[in-house]
Amino acid sequence: MEFTSVLFYIFSFFFVTSAVMMITARNTAKAALLLILTFFSAASLWLLLEAEFLAITLILIYVGAVMVLFMFVIKMLDTDKSTLRAQFTRYLPLGIFVSIVVIAQMVLVLNAGQFDLEVIGVPERHDASYSNITAIAEQLYTVYVYPFELAAILLLIAIIAAITLVHRNQLRSKKQNISEQVNVQAKDRMRFASIKPKSSKESK
Amino acid sequence: MIALSDYLILSSIVFCIGLAGIFINRTNIIMLLMCVELILAAVNTNFIAFSYFSGDLAGQIFVFFILTVAAAEVAIGLAILTLMFRSRGSIDIDVTNTLKG
Repeated sequence: MEFTSVLFYIFSFFFVTSAVMMITARNTAKAALLLILTFFSAASLWLLLEAEFLAITLILIYVGAVMVLFMFVIKMLDTDKSTLRAQFTRYLPLGIFVSIVVIAQMVLVLNAGQFDLEVIGVPERHDASYSNITAIAEQLYTVYVYPFELAAILLLIAIIAAITLVHRNQLRSKKQNISEQVNVQAKDRMRFASIKPKSSKESK
Repeated sequence: MIALSDYLILSSIVFCIGLAGIFINRTNIIMLLMCVELILAAVNTNFIAFSYFSGDLAGQIFVFFILTVAAAEVAIGLAILTLMFRSRGSIDIDVTNTLKG
């Protein structure tokens, strides 16, 4: 057995085991930590498939940003309510049944032979001078440049939406009160002041 | 040697684990979001396996965009979750039956 095959089975074991432990975890924070382990195993598998840039991206963005966001929300909100787990066992048989049926169907389809080694061989590994980032960048900035910019706009929209949703500090926002503006009277805005003019002799 | 079908079977197993997680944890919205992330990781593995075995970089670029969209989705989803907790004091799905759907 080749070394990369051994690595594949090790990483797949961690991938599947941590995923199963994640969905059955009683504690949400524990589930988030197990999801981080799942992402690390997935990133290792992607490294085996020569997708180095995406593997590092998965760790940096998902483990570094998204899962930290999850941990923030889990710790901020009170998630340890007993009602959250009331229906845990009620839908467990249905979930197991559905997933086993879907796994069986997919394995039957995928093992039918059209994806085997004889049909789709293993491609040659690139040598050490090959740069995955350069290859992706060449595609991304030429062929896929408009989807790339759309993705940037999408992230901007997500920033604005997230801030707008949770923002509640109205102190600094310049908001107009229409009824106050309509009901304003002239005496509220203007003040008549009677000023005695100084005589010109005194000033001299 | 590891064939393409091995990667596809692995990703389908993880996909179904995520699906079962949605069935099991259907009252906890944070767990639902994390199960969706699990499903997306399985799908991305599928894309990258096809990209490697067919020698085409388009699959990896597609995964790049999926990661972008998933990050945006998580940010907005967690913002909505915070709003829901602020207005109802709970993130239990059974509490959110105002629309009687």
